[in-house]
Amino acid sequence: MKISVIITLKKDVLDPQGKVIHQTLDGMGFEDVNEVRQGKYFEIDTKETDNDKAKAKVEEMCKKLLANLVIENYKIIDPK
Amino acid sequence: MKSSVITFPGSNCDRDMDVALKKFGFKNKMVWHADAELPKSDLVVLPGGFSYGDYLRCGSMASKSKIMQSVINFANSGGMVMGICNGFQILVETGLVPGVLLRNKYLEFICKNVFVKINDKKNKYFKNVNNEVLEFHIAHNEGNYFCTNDQLKEIEDNNQIAINYCDENGKIEDQFNPNGSIKNIAGIFNKEKNVLGMMPHPERMIDTSLSGDDGSLFFKNLINNLK
Repeated sequence: MKISVIITLKKDVLDPQGKVIHQTLDGMGFEDVNEVRQGKYFEIDTKETDNDKAKAKVEEMCKKLLANLVIENYKIIDPK
Repeated sequence: MKSSVITFPGSNCDRDMDVALKKFGFKNKMVWHADAELPKSDLVVLPGGFSYGDYLRCGSMASKSKIMQSVINFANSGGMVMGICNGFQILVETGLVPGVLLRNKYLEFICKNVFVKINDKKNKYFKNVNNEVLEFHIAHNEGNYFCTNDQLKEIEDNNQIAINYCDENGKIEDQFNPNGSIKNIAGIFNKEKNVLGMMPHPERMIDTSLSGDDGSLFFKNLINNLK
Protein backbone atom coordinates (compact mmCIF):
# COMPACT_ATOMS: atom_id res chain seq x y z
CA MET A 1 0.00 0.00 0.00
CA LYS A 2 1.27 3.45 -0.85
CA ILE A 3 0.74 6.30 1.55
CA SER A 4 1.69 9.88 0.85
CA VAL A 5 2.76 12.50 3.32
CA ILE A 6 3.01 16.23 2.83
CA ILE A 7 5.20 18.24 5.18
CA THR A 8 4.70 21.98 5.33
CA LEU A 9 6.34 24.72 7.34
CA LYS A 10 4.20 26.17 10.12
CA LYS A 11 2.66 29.56 9.50
CA ASP A 12 5.07 31.69 11.51
CA VAL A 13 8.27 30.01 10.35
CA LEU A 14 10.34 32.02 7.92
CA ASP A 15 10.73 30.27 4.56
CA PRO A 16 13.58 31.99 2.72
CA GLN A 17 13.47 29.47 -0.13
CA GLY A 18 9.77 30.05 -0.69
CA LYS A 19 10.45 33.77 -0.67
CA VAL A 20 13.11 33.51 -3.37
CA ILE A 21 10.88 31.27 -5.48
CA HIS A 22 8.15 33.91 -5.12
CA GLN A 23 10.55 36.66 -6.22
CA THR A 24 11.67 34.61 -9.21
CA LEU A 25 8.08 33.89 -10.24
CA ASP A 26 7.43 37.60 -9.93
CA GLY A 27 10.38 38.33 -12.20
CA MET A 28 9.07 35.81 -14.73
CA GLY A 29 5.83 37.70 -15.00
CA PHE A 30 3.67 35.70 -12.58
CA GLU A 31 2.68 38.82 -10.74
CA ASP A 32 -0.52 37.52 -9.09
CA VAL A 33 1.26 35.38 -6.53
CA ASN A 34 0.67 36.41 -2.91
CA GLU A 35 3.04 33.98 -1.26
CA VAL A 36 4.98 30.77 -1.89
CA ARG A 37 5.74 28.25 0.83
CA GLN A 38 8.00 25.31 0.07
CA GLY A 39 7.35 21.87 1.57
CA LYS A 40 8.21 18.18 1.21
CA TYR A 41 6.34 15.23 -0.24
CA PHE A 42 6.93 11.58 0.66
CA GLU A 43 5.55 8.41 -0.89
CA ILE A 44 5.81 5.47 1.46
CA ASP A 45 5.23 1.98 0.13
CA THR A 46 4.42 -0.27 3.09
CA LYS A 47 3.77 -4.01 3.49
CA GLU A 48 0.89 -3.25 5.83
CA THR A 49 -2.48 -4.01 4.18
CA ASP A 50 -4.79 -2.56 6.80
CA ASN A 51 -5.60 1.08 6.06
CA ASP A 52 -5.90 2.32 9.62
CA LYS A 53 -2.85 0.45 10.85
CA ALA A 54 -0.77 1.74 7.96
CA LYS A 55 -1.90 5.29 8.61
CA ALA A 56 -1.09 4.98 12.31
CA LYS A 57 2.40 3.71 11.50
CA VAL A 58 3.02 6.55 9.05
CA GLU A 59 1.81 9.02 11.64
CA GLU A 60 4.40 7.63 14.04
CA MET A 61 7.06 8.00 11.32
CA CYS A 62 6.04 11.63 10.84
CA LYS A 63 6.31 12.41 14.53
CA LYS A 64 9.60 10.58 15.02
CA LEU A 65 11.52 11.40 11.86
CA LEU A 66 9.80 12.87 8.81
CA ALA A 67 8.68 16.13 10.40
CA ASN A 68 10.19 18.35 13.04
CA LEU A 69 7.11 19.46 14.90
CA VAL A 70 8.75 22.65 16.17
CA ILE A 71 8.59 24.08 12.66
CA GLU A 72 6.62 21.68 10.49
CA ASN A 73 3.14 20.20 10.12
CA TYR A 74 2.43 16.91 8.42
CA LYS A 75 -0.59 15.72 6.49
CA ILE A 76 -1.18 12.09 5.63
CA ILE A 77 -3.06 11.55 2.37
CA ASP A 78 -5.57 8.70 2.56
CA PRO A 79 -4.23 5.59 0.83
CA LYS A 80 -6.12 4.50 -2.23
CA MET B 1 40.18 13.80 31.43
CA LYS B 2 38.65 11.49 28.85
CA SER B 3 36.72 12.66 25.84
CA SER B 4 34.95 10.97 22.95
CA VAL B 5 34.29 12.41 19.51
CA ILE B 6 31.53 10.70 17.54
CA THR B 7 32.14 10.25 13.83
CA PHE B 8 29.05 10.02 11.63
CA PRO B 9 29.12 9.33 7.89
CA GLY B 10 29.76 12.83 6.56
CA SER B 11 31.38 14.33 9.66
CA ASN B 12 34.38 16.40 8.64
CA CYS B 13 35.44 18.31 11.74
CA ASP B 14 35.90 15.19 13.86
CA ARG B 15 39.67 15.03 13.39
CA ASP B 16 40.10 18.78 13.97
CA MET B 17 38.23 18.31 17.23
CA ASP B 18 40.45 15.33 18.10
CA VAL B 19 43.55 17.50 17.54
CA ALA B 20 42.13 20.32 19.64
CA LEU B 21 41.08 18.11 22.55
CA LYS B 22 44.44 16.32 22.64
CA LYS B 23 46.36 19.59 22.42
CA PHE B 24 44.80 20.75 25.68
CA GLY B 25 45.19 17.52 27.57
CA PHE B 26 42.15 15.35 26.87
CA LYS B 27 42.67 11.64 26.26
CA ASN B 28 40.40 11.46 23.26
CA LYS B 29 38.79 8.47 21.58
CA MET B 30 37.08 8.48 18.21
CA VAL B 31 33.77 6.64 18.33
CA TRP B 32 31.95 5.31 15.25
CA HIS B 33 28.25 6.12 14.96
CA ALA B 34 27.24 2.46 14.58
CA ASP B 35 28.80 1.52 17.93
CA ALA B 36 26.29 0.97 20.68
CA GLU B 37 28.47 1.79 23.64
CA LEU B 38 30.15 4.97 24.62
CA PRO B 39 33.64 4.65 26.15
CA LYS B 40 33.95 6.08 29.65
CA SER B 41 34.05 9.83 29.01
CA ASP B 42 34.07 13.13 30.86
CA LEU B 43 33.06 14.90 27.67
CA VAL B 44 31.32 13.75 24.49
CA VAL B 45 31.58 15.86 21.36
CA LEU B 46 29.34 15.75 18.31
CA PRO B 47 31.51 17.34 15.63
CA GLY B 48 30.74 19.52 12.63
CA GLY B 49 30.26 18.31 9.10
CA PHE B 50 27.43 17.12 6.91
CA SER B 51 26.23 13.90 8.51
CA TYR B 52 24.19 11.82 6.06
CA GLY B 53 24.59 14.57 3.48
CA ASP B 54 22.16 16.79 5.41
CA TYR B 55 19.35 14.62 4.00
CA LEU B 56 15.77 15.33 5.18
CA ARG B 57 16.85 17.95 7.75
CA CYS B 58 20.40 18.62 8.93
CA GLY B 59 21.23 16.25 11.77
CA SER B 60 17.94 14.34 11.60
CA MET B 61 19.40 11.01 10.46
CA ALA B 62 22.42 11.17 12.74
CA SER B 63 20.16 11.86 15.71
CA LYS B 64 18.66 8.38 15.22
CA SER B 65 21.94 6.51 14.86
CA LYS B 66 22.87 3.70 17.22
CA ILE B 67 25.42 5.56 19.35
CA MET B 68 23.02 8.45 19.96
CA GLN B 69 20.88 6.49 22.41
CA SER B 70 23.99 6.09 24.59
CA VAL B 71 24.82 9.77 24.14
CA ILE B 72 21.26 10.75 25.13
CA ASN B 73 21.41 8.50 28.22
CA PHE B 74 24.82 9.96 29.09
CA ALA B 75 23.47 13.52 28.77
CA ASN B 76 20.35 12.73 30.77
CA SER B 77 22.48 11.39 33.60
CA GLY B 78 24.36 14.70 33.72
CA GLY B 79 27.24 13.91 31.32
CA MET B 80 28.87 16.76 29.41
CA VAL B 81 27.83 16.73 25.75
CA MET B 82 28.92 19.43 23.32
CA GLY B 83 27.64 19.71 19.75
CA ILE B 84 29.44 21.98 17.32
CA CYS B 85 27.81 23.13 14.07
CA ASN B 86 26.33 19.92 12.59
CA GLY B 87 26.69 18.55 16.12
CA PHE B 88 24.38 21.35 17.29
CA GLN B 89 21.93 20.42 14.54
CA ILE B 90 22.05 16.80 15.73
CA LEU B 91 21.44 17.92 19.34
CA VAL B 92 18.30 19.88 18.44
CA GLU B 93 17.01 16.89 16.48
CA THR B 94 17.42 14.65 19.56
CA GLY B 95 15.54 17.21 21.62
CA LEU B 96 18.39 17.48 24.14
CA VAL B 97 18.42 21.23 23.50
CA PRO B 98 15.31 23.17 22.42
CA GLY B 99 14.64 24.77 19.04
CA VAL B 100 15.77 24.08 15.48
CA LEU B 101 18.33 25.41 13.00
CA LEU B 102 16.82 26.72 9.80
CA ARG B 103 18.42 27.69 6.53
CA ASN B 104 20.43 30.95 6.85
CA LYS B 105 18.25 33.99 6.31
CA TYR B 106 19.94 35.12 3.09
CA LEU B 107 20.35 31.59 1.72
CA GLU B 108 24.13 31.81 1.68
CA PHE B 109 26.67 29.42 3.07
CA ILE B 110 28.55 31.58 5.57
CA CYS B 111 32.23 30.95 6.26
CA LYS B 112 33.92 33.63 8.35
CA ASN B 113 35.17 34.65 11.77
CA VAL B 114 32.57 36.03 14.16
CA PHE B 115 32.52 37.45 17.64
CA VAL B 116 30.30 35.92 20.28
CA LYS B 117 29.40 37.22 23.70
CA ILE B 118 29.23 34.80 26.58
CA ASN B 119 25.78 35.13 28.10
CA ASP B 120 26.11 32.76 31.01
CA LYS B 121 29.16 31.66 32.97
CA LYS B 122 27.43 29.57 35.60
CA ASN B 123 28.29 26.38 33.77
CA LYS B 124 31.28 24.12 33.18
CA TYR B 125 31.82 25.34 29.63
CA PHE B 126 32.39 29.04 30.27
CA LYS B 127 33.05 29.29 34.02
CA ASN B 128 36.30 31.17 34.65
CA VAL B 129 36.72 32.41 31.07
CA ASN B 130 38.06 35.91 31.65
CA ASN B 131 36.92 37.33 28.32
CA GLU B 132 33.36 38.43 27.73
CA VAL B 133 33.75 38.21 23.96
CA LEU B 134 35.38 35.40 21.98
CA GLU B 135 36.34 35.24 18.31
CA PHE B 136 35.33 31.93 16.73
CA HIS B 137 34.82 30.69 13.19
CA ILE B 138 31.51 29.78 11.60
CA ALA B 139 30.92 27.73 8.45
CA HIS B 140 27.33 26.74 7.88
CA ASN B 141 24.28 26.89 5.66
CA GLU B 142 21.69 26.07 8.34
CA GLY B 143 22.55 28.03 11.46
CA ASN B 144 19.51 30.23 11.72
CA TYR B 145 18.33 29.42 15.24
CA PHE B 146 14.56 29.30 15.65
CA CYS B 147 12.20 28.27 18.42
CA THR B 148 8.60 28.89 19.42
CA ASN B 149 7.71 31.88 21.60
CA ASP B 150 6.97 29.55 24.50
CA GLN B 151 10.35 27.88 24.10
CA LEU B 152 12.09 31.24 23.90
CA LYS B 153 10.47 32.35 27.12
CA GLU B 154 11.59 29.15 28.83
CA ILE B 155 15.12 29.48 27.42
CA GLU B 156 15.38 33.04 28.68
CA ASP B 157 13.80 32.29 32.05
CA ASN B 158 16.32 29.50 32.62
CA ASN B 159 19.22 31.52 31.23
CA GLN B 160 19.89 28.83 28.63
CA ILE B 161 21.41 31.12 25.99
CA ALA B 162 25.13 30.33 25.98
CA ILE B 163 26.50 32.79 23.41
CA ASN B 164 25.14 35.50 21.10
CA TYR B 165 26.62 36.90 17.89
CA CYS B 166 27.98 40.39 18.56
CA ASP B 167 30.68 42.83 17.48
CA GLU B 168 34.21 42.85 18.89
CA ASN B 169 33.04 44.97 21.82
CA GLY B 170 30.21 42.63 22.71
CA LYS B 171 27.40 44.70 21.26
CA ILE B 172 24.55 42.35 20.34
CA GLU B 173 22.73 43.92 17.39
CA ASP B 174 20.95 42.84 14.24
CA GLN B 175 23.82 43.95 12.02
CA PHE B 176 26.15 41.45 13.73
CA ASN B 177 23.72 38.58 13.24
CA PRO B 178 25.17 36.54 10.36
CA ASN B 179 22.32 34.11 9.75
CA GLY B 180 19.02 35.46 11.09
CA SER B 181 19.03 33.59 14.41
CA ILE B 182 16.42 34.70 16.94
CA LYS B 183 18.03 37.09 19.45
CA ASN B 184 21.43 36.55 17.77
CA ILE B 185 21.62 33.13 19.42
CA ALA B 186 24.81 31.28 18.48
CA GLY B 187 24.67 28.59 21.15
CA ILE B 188 22.33 27.28 23.83
CA PHE B 189 22.34 24.91 26.78
CA ASN B 190 19.84 22.39 28.02
CA LYS B 191 18.18 23.32 31.31
CA GLU B 192 20.86 21.66 33.42
CA LYS B 193 23.66 23.22 31.32
CA ASN B 194 25.60 20.00 30.86
CA VAL B 195 24.63 19.96 27.16
CA LEU B 196 25.87 22.76 24.91
CA GLY B 197 25.07 23.23 21.24
CA MET B 198 26.73 26.01 19.25
CA MET B 199 27.30 26.89 15.62
CA PRO B 200 30.81 28.42 15.98
CA HIS B 201 33.88 26.18 15.85
CA PRO B 202 36.27 26.69 18.79
CA GLU B 203 38.48 23.91 17.37
CA ARG B 204 39.36 26.18 14.44
CA MET B 205 40.86 28.77 16.77
CA ILE B 206 43.64 26.90 18.51
CA ASP B 207 46.72 27.90 16.55
CA THR B 208 47.95 31.50 16.45
CA SER B 209 49.88 30.91 13.23
CA LEU B 210 46.75 29.70 11.43
CA SER B 211 43.92 31.48 13.16
CA GLY B 212 43.11 33.06 16.47
CA ASP B 213 43.65 31.82 19.96
CA ASP B 214 40.22 32.07 21.56
CA GLY B 215 39.56 28.37 20.98
CA SER B 216 42.68 27.63 23.04
CA LEU B 217 41.22 29.76 25.80
CA PHE B 218 37.97 27.84 25.60
CA PHE B 219 39.50 24.34 25.68
CA LYS B 220 42.09 25.16 28.40
CA ASN B 221 39.32 26.50 30.54
CA LEU B 222 37.01 23.58 29.79
CA ILE B 223 39.48 20.90 30.86
CA ASN B 224 40.25 22.81 34.07
CA ASN B 225 36.53 23.08 34.85
CA LEU B 226 36.13 19.33 34.38
CA LYS B 227 39.00 18.36 36.69
